[in-house]
Amino acid sequence: MAVRKNQATLTAQEKRGFVNAVLELKRQGGYDTFVSTHNSFIMSDTDDGERTGHRSPSFLPWHRKFLLQFEQALQAIDATVALPYWDWTADRTTDASIWGADFLGGDGRSSDGQVTTGPFAFSGGKWPVTVSPDSRNYLLRSLGAGTADLPTKADVDGVLALSDYDTPPWNSSSDGFRNNLEGWRGVNLHNRVHVWIGGNMSTGMSPNDPVFWLHHCFIDRLWAGWQARHPDQGYLPADRTQDVVSLNDTMKPWNDTAPAALLDHTRFYTYDSAY
Amino acid sequence: MSEQSTSTDLTRRRMLQGAVVALTAATGTVVLGLTGPGAGSTAAAGLEGDDSFDEVFQQRRIQGMPMAAGTAMPSGHQHGAMGYQVLIDGRELHMMRNADGTWISVLDHYRTFSTPRALARSAVIALHGAQLVPISV
Repeated sequence: MAVRKNQATLTAQEKRGFVNAVLELKRQGGYDTFVSTHNSFIMSDTDDGERTGHRSPSFLPWHRKFLLQFEQALQAIDATVALPYWDWTADRTTDASIWGADFLGGDGRSSDGQVTTGPFAFSGGKWPVTVSPDSRNYLLRSLGAGTADLPTKADVDGVLALSDYDTPPWNSSSDGFRNNLEGWRGVNLHNRVHVWIGGNMSTGMSPNDPVFWLHHCFIDRLWAGWQARHPDQGYLPADRTQDVVSLNDTMKPWNDTAPAALLDHTRFYTYDSAY
Repeated sequence: MSEQSTSTDLTRRRMLQGAVVALTAATGTVVLGLTGPGAGSTAAAGLEGDDSFDEVFQQRRIQGMPMAAGTAMPSGHQHGAMGYQVLIDGRELHMMRNADGTWISVLDHYRTFSTPRALARSAVIALHGAQLVPISV
């Protein structure tokens, strides 16, 4: 079973293994399907209509399943690969090792935001962006331009202290752990990280930037951290609720997995340490 | 540009957009989000009298305008109240409204804006001169 590790602790060989599997999935054509799927959900998830991937209780189980599928696609290429997570409360500067040329590459250049270093730079020829809302076909980042600071550990701990998983009306205006983690309310955790990175990560096609997977892996680990802190609380809503995925409803696009089947991540993988 | 010519131009463009919306709806692209919990008085305040605009910002033409009620959505869902559309150099910027009346666009899907004009200006900055393209899903 895969052990998901903090990206800051990966060996050079582990970094190469992850990067090469991602590049190979891109070359084979499978990568961009993940980008399209994410965008089609984020554009149709609305506060007053059906909502599955975002702004709803199933934000966390939907992304857990989405990451599992991506991790399995990488493992079909290299069985030793596991998704790393990025603890942005600790590695929070633009010169952190995650942005190194040996891993995800660095910030976009000031003239047009194009990432020019690392394995995903357009000049390397292996990372054309094909699913995009505009005419650009290269990876874009503007680290720290959209918002000054990444969330802190204190921000995270405050959100993990919230006891209700989610609350009516089960959308971007809800109180509770899920919406404070997603970031439409409160100190803003998940959304703020997308904005801090900027470029493709700010868009509905955010998986165009491979850092998407490391960010969401950390979000997934925070969900497990919340579960450990609140053993008497669980996924809500438990009962059928219009337009949202309740505990035992299956989720689109898979239609075979309900949140209830995903609550225990240790059935699928473990983390190197608990948050 | 006189107020009258702006108005005429907007009317013409709105008719053109009707076709764009019908086309994107047919291909499965969701166009606008509106109404829902909290979208009453807050939503109205969110426009802040900004219900239409047409300006040049950083050398790009940005326009915003309310859309007709009852716009059909690909899901079969119908918007019961007013929708909204933003164009950059005549091309549609996909946008949605949040329950609290704020707005997001496909270029800024994780950051909210209090008005469509602020959303359009942010999109212009993010584009660095690039053109919007139709979104296929």
